[in-house]
Amino acid sequence: MKYLEAIGKYFIMIWEVFKKPTKWRIMKTLIFKEIDELIYGAMGIIIFISFFIGGVVTIQTALNLNSPLLPKSLIGFATRQSMILEFAPTFTSIIMAGKVGSYITSSIGTMRVTEQIDALEVMGINSLNYLVFPKIVATMLYPFAVAISMFVGILGGWVAAVFGGFAPSGEFIQGLQMDFDSFHVTYAFIKSVVFAFVIATVPSYHGYYMTGGALEVGKASTTSFVWTSVVIIILNYVLTQLLLG
Amino acid sequence: MIEVENIHKSFGDNHVLKGISTIFDKGKTNLIIGQSGSGKTVFLKCLLGLFEPDEGSICYNGQYYSDLSLKERRNLRQEMGMVFQGSALFDSMTVEGNVMFPLDMFTNQSQSEKQDRVDFVLKRVNLVDAHKRYPAEISGGMQKRVAIARAIVMNPKYLFCDEPNSGLDPKTAILIDNLIHEITQEYDITTVINTHDMNSVMEIGEKIIFLKNGLKEWEGTNKEIFKTENKAVTDFVYSSELFKKVRQMYIEERN
Repeated sequence: MKYLEAIGKYFIMIWEVFKKPTKWRIMKTLIFKEIDELIYGAMGIIIFISFFIGGVVTIQTALNLNSPLLPKSLIGFATRQSMILEFAPTFTSIIMAGKVGSYITSSIGTMRVTEQIDALEVMGINSLNYLVFPKIVATMLYPFAVAISMFVGILGGWVAAVFGGFAPSGEFIQGLQMDFDSFHVTYAFIKSVVFAFVIATVPSYHGYYMTGGALEVGKASTTSFVWTSVVIIILNYVLTQLLLG
Repeated sequence: MIEVENIHKSFGDNHVLKGISTIFDKGKTNLIIGQSGSGKTVFLKCLLGLFEPDEGSICYNGQYYSDLSLKERRNLRQEMGMVFQGSALFDSMTVEGNVMFPLDMFTNQSQSEKQDRVDFVLKRVNLVDAHKRYPAEISGGMQKRVAIARAIVMNPKYLFCDEPNSGLDPKTAILIDNLIHEITQEYDITTVINTHDMNSVMEIGEKIIFLKNGLKEWEGTNKEIFKTENKAVTDFVYSSELFKKVRQMYIEERN
């Protein structure tokens, strides 16, 4: 019953976010600020993780392709498929749920604890629109981050394959080009847009409706990470079934 | 002027306000006092429109809050200024940014007009060299002044303060009290202050309401509170030995 109530409250919050918009002149500034914090600020960790994940996927694939009958190009193929279909959109989203999600929960939660949200409400401002809407818009640029993650992951795989002696460059690149289905990229981008919405809104919900003090801000950040990850994992399954099943 | 008629507010089984009626006059400093849990904050939040009373009505200069449309309520909110207990300044903005915020949100003034208004109100609260500093870089007393400046920048008709003196040293607390009192008279605002500070009660309490268990137990002025025989009020206000002596001296002087 408690979960059902929370789900209802979450959807009411989403509805409120889009009501009574803040002046565009102000909103524009807030959106650019959030793009800087949530997307640009997360690029470093996304690039770092994607590069090494790509490398690890390549090494593990290579080590499992023992048969001399299997071409080395399959290493490139497997790396591309893994990065595009799963690692770039889903794995990166889980990382983002930790990095960006906890930032969103703690920043909004701190505003709640220090009565800054009450101050907005007293002024007659729709605090949900003011605080959450720019985050939703900013995270809609998340597919660009996922595209970079795909590229860097595959680059990491190529580096591991070539410099680790697992496959020659030519064969790896041949594998990258093998049986390419462009819908897989579309599928990854659809997933990343949905996950971006979850990353912006679920942590906002946990921050906005939190009660208590500084300790509860920390607890809310942890809870928001858990729930954001759970929702991402479930939606990943549902979207995969719907789009590829 | 704010007229409150028989307001009730409950949260589940907890009946917090049990029928409070009073009038807060324009140009006066009205104080709400009472023990923790007496319903002061809930009462203030009802006056601010953050909580809707379950019963009763609140009338702002002839406008009943319950009769207003959402748009009219938002417009009314823009006529209210609020000073929060912890100041509630926006951490990410400078002092100047905090004070300019309501002007940015609700007016179409040019940058120079807004700047002039911000300079004026910051000067009015005696803060002239803190424009570019962040809330974390200034003292608690200065934060309260910035909060007051932000509350009055839109020329509000109503000013609400939730324990404006909490956490301040006695000298700064008196300065903040006097500032609120001066601003109330200067701009002819209806000011309502929620406080625990007995110095404020004695110094600026032009009208005092004492709440007990969600009911209005007593109301009067700071002069009348010395003479009252209401036991609940005297037990609360004169709980310290110092205030008991002050009261005794006042009564002896009057006699």
